[in-house]
Amino acid sequence: MEFSMVQWLAEPGLTHFLIVSAILFSLGLMAVLSKRNVIMVLMGVELILNSANINFIAFSRYTELSLDGHMIGLFVIIIAAAEAAVALAIVLNIYNRFNTINLDEINLLKG
Amino acid sequence: MELTAILFYLFSILTVGAAAVMVFSRNIVHSAFALMFALVGVASLYVLLYADFLAATQLLVYVGGILILILFGVMLTTQGHNLNFKSVSVNLIPASILSVTAAGLLIFAFTTTAWAFIEPVERSETVYELGMLLMGDYILPFIIVGVLLLIAIIGAILMSTRLATTSDTTSSDLTE
Repeated sequence: MEFSMVQWLAEPGLTHFLIVSAILFSLGLMAVLSKRNVIMVLMGVELILNSANINFIAFSRYTELSLDGHMIGLFVIIIAAAEAAVALAIVLNIYNRFNTINLDEINLLKG
Repeated sequence: MELTAILFYLFSILTVGAAAVMVFSRNIVHSAFALMFALVGVASLYVLLYADFLAATQLLVYVGGILILILFGVMLTTQGHNLNFKSVSVNLIPASILSVTAAGLLIFAFTTTAWAFIEPVERSETVYELGMLLMGDYILPFIIVGVLLLIAIIGAILMSTRLATTSDTTSSDLTE
């Protein structure tokens, strides 16, 4: 039992990459939930996108997904670039209008 | 222990450690720089997975583009003249419970599932095959994503320049 665990650790395979991506996802979720600065929330979203991308690339190497996984990862990166540009423009507009980027203070639509 | 395993653990510790510094740092500029190290670590994990083109794209787009954009956002939205770049944390206990639960469930699911493995194909490069796929099977998503990117950039430019010309009227509207 002890020996097989050491052997499992010594040969990185699909599961190892999936575990790294799970830890990255939970850290991104933590940033999204606990931070009140809009820019920090955006950084958390980038971490979550990266963890999903690691999953796609790992599956494309170790299972039959093959190069289709690379294509999906490429499209995820492109969409993330578009998202970051639009989101930061919106954040700048919010800052000019409300003079704050604290999510708890931007509550104009609250009933 | 072979070289691949050592490199994998080195880069995954770099990635996860930098991400943890990013989440738990109180200074938002430190967070942005830690995010840079996390993204570089993810790019090197792509290299370990034989995805050379994606690693290069990750470096160019994320580290060279999105991170610079985020740093500009940090600089342009700092409040007042006290440049302390604080980022407050709230709901720390519920958020950590939820994320630890998510991580535990995901790791449990990943380790107990019997994945349909195949013998990994040894590729020297992926650029040629990716190019053939992009111009063949994936031509429609490629064009659509190009148009989407163009629309997003035009929208971002419009939103950022309109505030310079109409900020006087909107601010006077808000103050009355």
